[in-house]
Amino acid sequence: MPGASWVYELAEVRKAFDGVVALDGVSLAIERGEHVAFIGPSGAGKTTLFRILNLTLAPTSGTLRFDGADVAALTPGELRRARRRIGSIYQQHNLVGRLRVVHNVLAGNLGRWSLATALASLVRPRELETAARALAQVGIPDKLYARTDELSGGQQQRVAIARVLVQDPDVVLADEPVSSVDPALAAALVALLRDLARATGKTLLVNLHSVDLALTGFPRVVGIRQGRILFDLAPDKVTPELLELLYAGSAPEAQDVAALRPGAVAFGKACRPLPGFTR
Amino acid sequence: MARPAGPFPASPARPRVAPLLLAALAGTFALALWTAEVDPRRLVDPRALSHAGRFVAGAWPPRLDPEFLRFLARPVAETVQISVMGTVIAVIIGFPLGLLATASLAWRGILHERTLGRWVGFVPYALARALLSLFRSIPEYVWALVFVRAVGLGPFAGVLALGVAYGGMLGKVYSEILEAVDPRPLEALHAAGARRWGVALYGLLPEALPHLVSYTLYRWECAIRASAIMGFVGAGGLGQQVELAMRMFQFDEVLTLLGVLLVLVGAVDLVSGRIRARLAT
Repeated sequence: MPGASWVYELAEVRKAFDGVVALDGVSLAIERGEHVAFIGPSGAGKTTLFRILNLTLAPTSGTLRFDGADVAALTPGELRRARRRIGSIYQQHNLVGRLRVVHNVLAGNLGRWSLATALASLVRPRELETAARALAQVGIPDKLYARTDELSGGQQQRVAIARVLVQDPDVVLADEPVSSVDPALAAALVALLRDLARATGKTLLVNLHSVDLALTGFPRVVGIRQGRILFDLAPDKVTPELLELLYAGSAPEAQDVAALRPGAVAFGKACRPLPGFTR
Repeated sequence: MARPAGPFPASPARPRVAPLLLAALAGTFALALWTAEVDPRRLVDPRALSHAGRFVAGAWPPRLDPEFLRFLARPVAETVQISVMGTVIAVIIGFPLGLLATASLAWRGILHERTLGRWVGFVPYALARALLSLFRSIPEYVWALVFVRAVGLGPFAGVLALGVAYGGMLGKVYSEILEAVDPRPLEALHAAGARRWGVALYGLLPEALPHLVSYTLYRWECAIRASAIMGFVGAGGLGQQVELAMRMFQFDEVLTLLGVLLVLVGAVDLVSGRIRARLAT
């Protein structure tokens, strides 16, 4: 069956908000089980693409197929079942701060639970072992009953990952999951996401602010600029010239790219010397 | 000749409406002064002063004998009970209507980006809004008059009046609180396949709960004052005693009653203030 192994197929997807174009004709196919990193300057449309891929936003035009089905043709019920199969991790602010960690993690079950179960679980948490196991997997087993807004940014991101583990989707989408934590922790969290996805055979799509993390951790890197795909390559094919083109005109990221050259100090030290970055 | 374009945009023309607006305001004020019969001289009119003097002379000392104080226990309890029951009924009316009247839950926003039938949610939304404004635009005292006709004199009429009028206010404010909740955690739940009730239970309500409870307690403070006054139209409680005492020229009893009311309102403010301060953390 042709196309049976594609999780996502996008053809000329456009998205405009009140006339402002965020995505300008994106065509892309993602295979089941693939790990893909998306990079590009702020405002390039990465987050819009992420919200289209997790079926929160509908494209203005173009077609989006999820698991072979045209998303525009799905009924509300089918759409909800499709969303259940996609786990999302956001940059920040995606947990309910006033709820205890256990409820935020168990909220991954909301796509399956009945109203009665969901209500009962708020009083006496259901499937406690599932929640505890997920928290242990992300390395914070002792935070089960902590109030979520009392955790650090990195710990909250781990809770968000644990919620996705409980949801147990086929696809994991992460939108700049580590741009609000320090570089060492960022590398650890991205590695955690990769390991968890590989262990369960999930497709993993990550928007990354850090070129370093994208090039060192992902077999496929997509560069997005001004709402279009600039390149879609294996990391060793991503040349410094391409990166400079990708970030041209956006000062902070251009600096990050410069810092990746061997010889430049900065925290790029930990990463491997990139091919092509010679003096 | 047009002026050469400078580096800054030209400042906008000074609006011409300000003097007109000012004149209209002054006119309104003068008219109000006349039609509301504001006349400070009538305050110091000898007749008015003698009336006031009679009241003060009759009121002091307040009636504090044990028999009267014992008798007061019942109206005081009645006032508290009217306020509590009235607030409970207001929540029962206001909470579901408030949910329906929340635009982000009913028909607008991220939960509805993709659903074709989002206008289906608009009809109950508009109805709930209309009902809430009807309930709260009629003052509780007018509702009390209506309910005294319907269910007879006594506390129940006061309870119903508070329930309906405050239900309207609670529902309106509940919906505003719910609409102000950060939508990002809600979007995350929705993206994971949660239905609308799931988003409400695990996102909207936990985030809004302290504000909802705090505003409800504040309404309860108001309800104590209102339930004391509603006795004037025959809906029981302390107000009814004040009205009776006034009509019998028992000004010493009136003073005691007002003192009791002051203590009661102060106590409720204190209790509810404490709870709200704790909720704010």
